[in-house]
Amino acid sequence: MKKTYLYWLLLPGLLFLSVFMIIPIVLTIGSTFFQAERFTISGYVDYFKDPYFLKILLTTLEVSVAATLLSILLGLPVAYYISQKAPRRKGILLALAIFPLLTSPVVRSFSWMIILGRKGLINNLLVDIGLIDKPLTILYTPVAMMIGMLHLFLPMMIISLVGVLENIDGDLMTAAQSLGASRAKAFFKVVFPLAMPGLIIGGILVFVGSLTAYTTPALLGGKQRVISTFLYQNAMTLNDWYSASIIATIMIVITFVVVGLMNKWANKLNPKG
Amino acid sequence: MRNKQWGLGLFSLLVYLFLLGPLLIISITSFEPGTVLKFPPDGFSLHWYRHIFEVQMFPKTFTTSIIISLIGNLLSLLLGIPAAYALNRFSFKGKDALNAAFLSPVLIPGIVLGFTMLKYLLVTYHLPLYAGLLVGHTVIMLPFIIRVVGSSLSSFDFAIEEAALSLGAGPLKTFFKVVLPNIRSGIIAAVLIAFLESFNNVDISLFMTGPGVSTLPIQMLTYVENYFDPTIAAISVLLMVLTGILMFGIERLMGLSYFTKR
Repeated sequence: MKKTYLYWLLLPGLLFLSVFMIIPIVLTIGSTFFQAERFTISGYVDYFKDPYFLKILLTTLEVSVAATLLSILLGLPVAYYISQKAPRRKGILLALAIFPLLTSPVVRSFSWMIILGRKGLINNLLVDIGLIDKPLTILYTPVAMMIGMLHLFLPMMIISLVGVLENIDGDLMTAAQSLGASRAKAFFKVVFPLAMPGLIIGGILVFVGSLTAYTTPALLGGKQRVISTFLYQNAMTLNDWYSASIIATIMIVITFVVVGLMNKWANKLNPKG
Repeated sequence: MRNKQWGLGLFSLLVYLFLLGPLLIISITSFEPGTVLKFPPDGFSLHWYRHIFEVQMFPKTFTTSIIISLIGNLLSLLLGIPAAYALNRFSFKGKDALNAAFLSPVLIPGIVLGFTMLKYLLVTYHLPLYAGLLVGHTVIMLPFIIRVVGSSLSSFDFAIEEAALSLGAGPLKTFFKVVLPNIRSGIIAAVLIAFLESFNNVDISLFMTGPGVSTLPIQMLTYVENYFDPTIAAISVLLMVLTGILMFGIERLMGLSYFTKR
């Protein structure tokens, strides 16, 4: 087929994305630099001076970092375990990890409300065995959000890691061990560096996912605000669209910076790819 | 060496328990006969499943969700298949940038997308609510269509297409008679993945719903804010059954390895 068709094939999609996504985003970002029709960055200055906003930003980052680190800690061993299995077992284990990923975030967050609530599973259990007298407040805290985020995004970490671990030659481990390395040493010296690109991609997905998730903090965070619920509150409850636009811009910038830096890092570690 | 794997196996089992336990618990609590959600439930009853159909908003928003996902899917196929074809068939300058542009909706935070669309599509340009919802969902489905269809096109041998062209079939005829049938399973898998993505979407719908127009996840969120009875647990079970069926379909059509590739 002739190459002249090329642009006609790409055009409808690009036009659609431009009109319905790119233009609204660009206009939103642009609008944050104008107040009373004059160029200003005072909107941003005010936000970064506001302790309430800084606290929200900090909570968001804390929860996201914790969810990312925990997802590495829990995901790496599981992904390694899956990658060692024969195809049939591997298929089943992968399917079991993908199923929650495809299940509605509303369903998944709601399930944690049943578990972490004041009369939830964990509190009932702890009271029944006599460990505590009064139910603990777990729901509507940053810890609850972190658990919810971890549940939401851990599968992404696992499947990204399985993707790279599968392609690592199993003989490498055997070779390292036959040369006298312990199992753990062989894993961290041989397999781990090769798994780095998968770890970074998984890390991006978990971190950015937690940073921008709405449903989980809305259901499990209670009055605790994170940046996405704060954006929603400003836009829909307070009708303060100028503030909402600033928050939206900050979210875009953080996302792009994180993704850009991590990608750069991943490319550095993996010159081939 | 094998016997040292048991520790790793046990660890993995616990992680799987963390991932799947909550889904099992929500399923069990859906059979609670009383009005308060608890685990373990006091007995067995299908009362709350009946209740889903008595709260009119649930069947109504379910229908809206299905319609939006289906029409949005059709739109994103019409926009996405030609783009995926162009991106995989030709090599040209700026291809990587265009590829990134087409996948960019997954990179922008959903909540930001929803807000900017509300601000400009609904308020400034007065798009009707339903149309805004549809457009928003199409935007987020497009990258999935392009990626999945693209991956099945990348394994398609374009020499077959050349053969058909050289034998005198027109480009359109060649596409519909030769290319399309060969990537059919990829297209259906793309549809299923995009459907789930749209059907479960909260971020965009949150801003694009209003009086009379809402989607199921938004209706569920609203319900949870006001009631803590087992209705949502019962809906969750039905949604998980739907997810399971669609996932089985994806597995049959292209294998689940799609998910492990980035």
